[in-house]
Amino acid sequence: MTSVIERPSAPQSPHTPSPVSRLKPNLETLPTLAAIVIFVGMIIYGEIAYGRILQFSTLSNLFINNAYLIILAVGLTFVILTGGVDLSVGAIIAISSLVGVMLANAGWNPFVVIVLMILIGSAFGAASGILIQYFNVQPFIATLAMMFLARGLASMLSTTPERLADESPIRTLSTEWKVIDGPKINDLVTTPNVIIAAVVVIIAFYILHKTRFGRTVYAIGGSEQSATLMGLPVVRTKLAIYIISGTLAGLAAVVYTSKLGIAQNITGVGWELDAIAAVIIGGTLLTGGAGFVLGSVIGALVLGLMNVLITRDGSIPPEATTIITGAILLVFVLLQRLVVSRKRKT
Amino acid sequence: MSSRVGESTRLKDEAGRRQNEQADMAATEPIVEMTDISIEFPGVKALQNVQLKLYPGEVHTLMGENGAGKSTLIKALTGVYKIDSGSILVSGGPRQFSGTADAQSAGISTVYQEVNLCDNLTVGENVMLGNEIRGAFGINWKKTHEAAHEALVGLGLGDLDPRQPLSSISLALQQLVAISRAMVAKSKVLILDEPTSSLDANEVEGLFAVMRRLRDQGVAILFVSHFLDQVYAISDRLTVLRNGEFVGEHLTRELGRSQLISLMIGKDFETLASLGSNRRRDARESGEQPFYSATDLGRKGSIEPVDIAVYPGEVVGLAGLLGSGRTELGRLMYGADRPDTGEVTIGGKSTEVHSPVAGLATKIAFSTENRRDEGIVGDLTVRENLILAVQARRGWARPLSKREQKELCDKYIVELNVRPSDPERPIKNLSGGNQQKVLLGRWLATNPQLLILDEPTRGIDIGAKAEIQEAIATLAEEGMSVVFISSELEEVVRLSERIVVLKDHRKIGEIINGPDIDADTIVDLIASDGADAAGVQAFEPEPAAFAAEGSIN
Repeated sequence: MTSVIERPSAPQSPHTPSPVSRLKPNLETLPTLAAIVIFVGMIIYGEIAYGRILQFSTLSNLFINNAYLIILAVGLTFVILTGGVDLSVGAIIAISSLVGVMLANAGWNPFVVIVLMILIGSAFGAASGILIQYFNVQPFIATLAMMFLARGLASMLSTTPERLADESPIRTLSTEWKVIDGPKINDLVTTPNVIIAAVVVIIAFYILHKTRFGRTVYAIGGSEQSATLMGLPVVRTKLAIYIISGTLAGLAAVVYTSKLGIAQNITGVGWELDAIAAVIIGGTLLTGGAGFVLGSVIGALVLGLMNVLITRDGSIPPEATTIITGAILLVFVLLQRLVVSRKRKT
Repeated sequence: MSSRVGESTRLKDEAGRRQNEQADMAATEPIVEMTDISIEFPGVKALQNVQLKLYPGEVHTLMGENGAGKSTLIKALTGVYKIDSGSILVSGGPRQFSGTADAQSAGISTVYQEVNLCDNLTVGENVMLGNEIRGAFGINWKKTHEAAHEALVGLGLGDLDPRQPLSSISLALQQLVAISRAMVAKSKVLILDEPTSSLDANEVEGLFAVMRRLRDQGVAILFVSHFLDQVYAISDRLTVLRNGEFVGEHLTRELGRSQLISLMIGKDFETLASLGSNRRRDARESGEQPFYSATDLGRKGSIEPVDIAVYPGEVVGLAGLLGSGRTELGRLMYGADRPDTGEVTIGGKSTEVHSPVAGLATKIAFSTENRRDEGIVGDLTVRENLILAVQARRGWARPLSKREQKELCDKYIVELNVRPSDPERPIKNLSGGNQQKVLLGRWLATNPQLLILDEPTRGIDIGAKAEIQEAIATLAEEGMSVVFISSELEEVVRLSERIVVLKDHRKIGEIINGPDIDADTIVDLIASDGADAAGVQAFEPEPAAFAAEGSIN
């Protein structure tokens, strides 16, 4: 009855993948590779321009100073991979570290305090997840609400810096262990905090690439509707990723507090944006579905290294840091747009 | 085999009759039995006492116009909708699923019209998503890809590399990948909801080969399609629905086509036959000026420069293969894409149409082929969708009064026979055919002099199709110029006075319609041009790709 136009020959056999399709996985890893290239480039530039960059002590400090950011970025990688966002992590650090320091000073058992600090993060994450999943609130708004709530609670607790007693066992997390004793002060050192961050990264990598939960995270980022229709546990997974993000923010609070020994209600202002920037620079698509947790680590290190270079340079006012961060971010987002439009065309 | 199953079903009712053969025994028992299903939505009885029986090793087609309740019935089976009364038996036991996932775990998988896969993942990952093979250290990717390969081999797709990204394969192959997911889940029942609507003839044949293979393996297949040819080619049994009511269950070979159409639309289909038969005059002979004419209209990478003219009261068809440039030409004429060559004369005056706003201002309206993404605004009501273009033209500062809105709605709902006729219903709850009517009404409300319709009848049923074709013919008689784009050649030939034939993004000819012209004339013209089959195949854009480009622009 109805003759639909036929094509001259069967298009049934694209069985030999075209060269373009072979290139595709590379297109996906391109932003992450670019981040690595930029990171290496920054190290080389710093070494040539200022010296003493490519040495144990500088690189050790890079990890020690940015352990908390790496942990935050890992949490946000999960969220952004599904196409969501979590703005509450910076404020969670404020409330969690304040509660932690005050309880520790009040003589609570340090282990209980640490667990409680982490659980505070989980609770905020769970609240965001429930708002998003069961009350159909946009992730941006839900986590923004949690951000204000957490920041407000922190301000109610205290508006002055709370010092953690130097002899508190919590501070042992930032004990520096010499791994390689170099000449003068050029030692390779690490802290329990860095090891915690490394473990978090490894576990996150395993979860994302070797478990069904991880694959569901990518599937949701690709198309939430498809994931639902494929019978994947979308609701459970989305709830879980906000809990993961909150929990890791709580953990980041522990790491940060143990290193600095001070907690304040204004701690962590804007850190959620640093973490998001790290994730984006590391090559994760802001729309979700593509990216790597290792890329986010690189992203966090790029941001950290940038601060080091600016300090070393001395001529760049510290106020300009955000401009440079913004510029780097813009370059990466443009790179992503390029990749996405390339993908559409093929 | 299928016919044997059909007969043995008959025999089932005869008391005491026992088949010795085990296989036949199994085949006589329906794997899914839905009895007296009723579903009511606020204000509408979506389904009333509907029956459906699916047998293993049989392809069962669900027939009915848009809005007849096909999708609702499928959703009732898979648990997306709760049934208000009736019973669902699966493998003999009563079941009520809580959703797609639940139904899937009980062996009932659904493949939807729009492929629901994740194109950020590989073919193999999509096939195995949720069923990845796990070892002691998490997912074993080697074994998972092997299992994906096995599933693909089972459908005769052994050459497809599971490690290939999903986005690199054609829409038709993606559809088959979606089916292979069902096979990984060891489904006993496979529901295919309009799987063929965006496939071309060869791709449909590939899909049918897979369906036959699965049927022979004993899978019960529920198939929904608007194409009668396809229904008769593949199905063993069909159930007809009309207005949410059960009309009947028949063996396909016992039911003629015209009988089937009558069952579906509930009346004789003279409406179809009488259509457009008198539209055979050449508007150019009247000595009038063309309303729209363009020379060398083109855009790099989209379409090579084309000369085209449309006279008042004339229907010009654009025919060509998928990806021949017919949509692109329509978009250029409207200004949805910016032409980079060519001169356009509208109503005798030289004009530039570089944006949709300019298009609307010059009384050109364009109705997109991508109804769901670019056409309707799903959450708005019928009324709001209908007035959208008029309001946009007036500017948002001067809203239409309630009375004007009501007048417009009443006019077009009646004229185009939109059902249900409630203007305050969200448009997403209407069937595809009725959504299309509302879209048509939206553009008509702007009083265009040139109406460009891109695939206005795609994916809608035969009754609504007839109504839309009729509306187009009437509009042309009243003096409107129409550019009609469709992949159904019969439709183009039936409605158009002139047919512009496109191939590989250029115009290869123009046919003045007459008694000797039929679909084969166009096919011959396309086939004889260059005869370079490989060239056509190399360029194979998919509808999805166009949608993506559209949204970027």
